[in-house]
Amino acid sequence: MLRLENISWSTPDGVGVLNNLDLTVPDGKLIVITGPNGGGKTTLAKIIAGIYRQDGGKIFLNDRDITEADITERAKMGISFAFQQPVRFKGITVRRLIELAAGEKLPLDKICNYMSRVGLCAEEYINREVNSTLSGGEIKRIEIATVLARHSVLTVFDEPEAGIDLWSFTNLIKTFEDIRKNLDGSIIIISHQERILRIADEIAIVADGSIKAQGKPDEMMKLLLENNSVTGKCFKQEEMF
Amino acid sequence: MNEITKDLLREISDWDGEFKGAYNIREDGQCAGRVSSKNIKIESKKDKPGLEIFIAPGTKGETVSIPACVTHGDVDDLVYNDFFVGENADVIIVAGCGIHTETGEPARHNGIHRFFLGKGSKVKYLEKHIGKGHGTGLRSIDPVTEAELEEDSQLEMDTAQIGGVDRTTRITRAQLGARAKLLIRERILTEKDQNAKTDFKVEMNGKDSGVDLISRSVARDDSHQEYHSVIVGNAPCTGHSECDAIISENGKVDAAPELHARDNDAALIHEAAIGKIAGEQILKLRTLGMTEEEAEATIIDGFLS
Ligand SMILES: Nc1ncnc2c1ncn2[C@@H]1O[C@H](COP(=O)(O)OP(=O)(O)OP(=O)(O)O)[C@@H](O)[C@H]1O
Ligand SMILES: [Mg+2]
Repeated sequence: MLRLENISWSTPDGVGVLNNLDLTVPDGKLIVITGPNGGGKTTLAKIIAGIYRQDGGKIFLNDRDITEADITERAKMGISFAFQQPVRFKGITVRRLIELAAGEKLPLDKICNYMSRVGLCAEEYINREVNSTLSGGEIKRIEIATVLARHSVLTVFDEPEAGIDLWSFTNLIKTFEDIRKNLDGSIIIISHQERILRIADEIAIVADGSIKAQGKPDEMMKLLLENNSVTGKCFKQEEMF
Repeated sequence: MNEITKDLLREISDWDGEFKGAYNIREDGQCAGRVSSKNIKIESKKDKPGLEIFIAPGTKGETVSIPACVTHGDVDDLVYNDFFVGENADVIIVAGCGIHTETGEPARHNGIHRFFLGKGSKVKYLEKHIGKGHGTGLRSIDPVTEAELEEDSQLEMDTAQIGGVDRTTRITRAQLGARAKLLIRERILTEKDQNAKTDFKVEMNGKDSGVDLISRSVARDDSHQEYHSVIVGNAPCTGHSECDAIISENGKVDAAPELHARDNDAALIHEAAIGKIAGEQILKLRTLGMTEEEAEATIIDGFLS
């Protein structure tokens, strides 16, 4: 279980982004966080991963106070984070990155398994460098694959659907449904996509730097569709096909 | 052959007690073993130290290794090696250099290599340079490479100098005939107060010739690197050079790429980027459980691979 208590964070220029935010993610649950652009979702994810240091508040993982733990320590405790904007590396191959994530050398069939779960054919990609020649959708999927290769107790995916084509999107949803079925930790997905919201155990709405509402998908969807002031205009309706 | 030479050979070539194919081992300025093959003849130069290597036309899939090792201080080795690659040959040339000094005295290897690539020939040239041993004796490697590429020939140079060499001046010159292609991949890591200079001049004289010059370097501690490249397009041709450098601590890098278009259909591009490791790369690897130091080492390792 992950618990955030009273978290606040301001930009280096002193603009408040997160304000006294409280969030609980129970074990074995898939929580989808949604809300308007600029509302503070990615910031929240970075606070959880330890990339940003909160100005105030406390963070607990399974009742252990991890407030002071740094990125590396949190990663070793089993917190994983798939970036909204994946990082590129000259000279590091897809295979190497996945192995770095797994913490060990992996046989080809294992790598294939992670890659096929994000709709990529391993053979075409494993020897490619994770550099700027990969397309936006490709690197996004590789980012997800590396996180799948980790042994996580809590995984945060930041807009995993962004840049991924519609056909693959359906498969990606299946991947998340699979993960959810075999969940031995908790998952947070930050998303604007209704189909991802639909597979959540709970939805949390983040706007103006705090949790505006958290609850069952049905209730939250109603709230989102009714109340534009909660969401702003970012919330996308289900795609046409 | 002494033990130090054996250790150096393992690192600079894939020597495992023997070489596959023709070879010549140079140890402290002397020949420590030579074998020619049916298609690849290695002979001593008559007028100065060094070798003449004749690769018969049409030779395919053979490798020739000519490593040079300096195993103690107070050696200043100078060698001239000429490679004559016959038409349509397709071979690999492995030419590493290892320098070892313990005594505080300097050790230097200066290899002047000339390549004459016949029409339609293809050469892959692998060169690894290392410096070993303790003490303040300066380890220097100063290679000069000159290549003449005839029509339709192709030279791929893969060079690496990953630490241990205190001073290096690398000079590379090439002349390209019609449709000839030159591909250079150079990797250099300097640390402590090491100094590396690299200087390329490629002249594309034949129609549709092309060069792709990729240099990756890392300058750490108080080391200093200078990169200078000149690409001249005298004919319709394509030239691309890319110089990417990572600096850390007080490392310094000067990059001065030059492009000279002397033909209306010469298309020349240069890209250069110098900077420290991107902070987000370190963050990403830390989210996979690495410490900052491990992340940096991994990034540099990949960058120079
Ligand atoms: N390092 C930073 N420096 C300055 N401002 C920042 C920084 N990080 C985040 N912000 C600001 O904080 C606010 C929240 O950003 P955040 O990325 O968390 O939004 P988000 O909810 O993820 O939005 P989106 O849906 O567009 O991804 C934005 O106004 C953003 O500009
Ligand atoms: Mg975001």
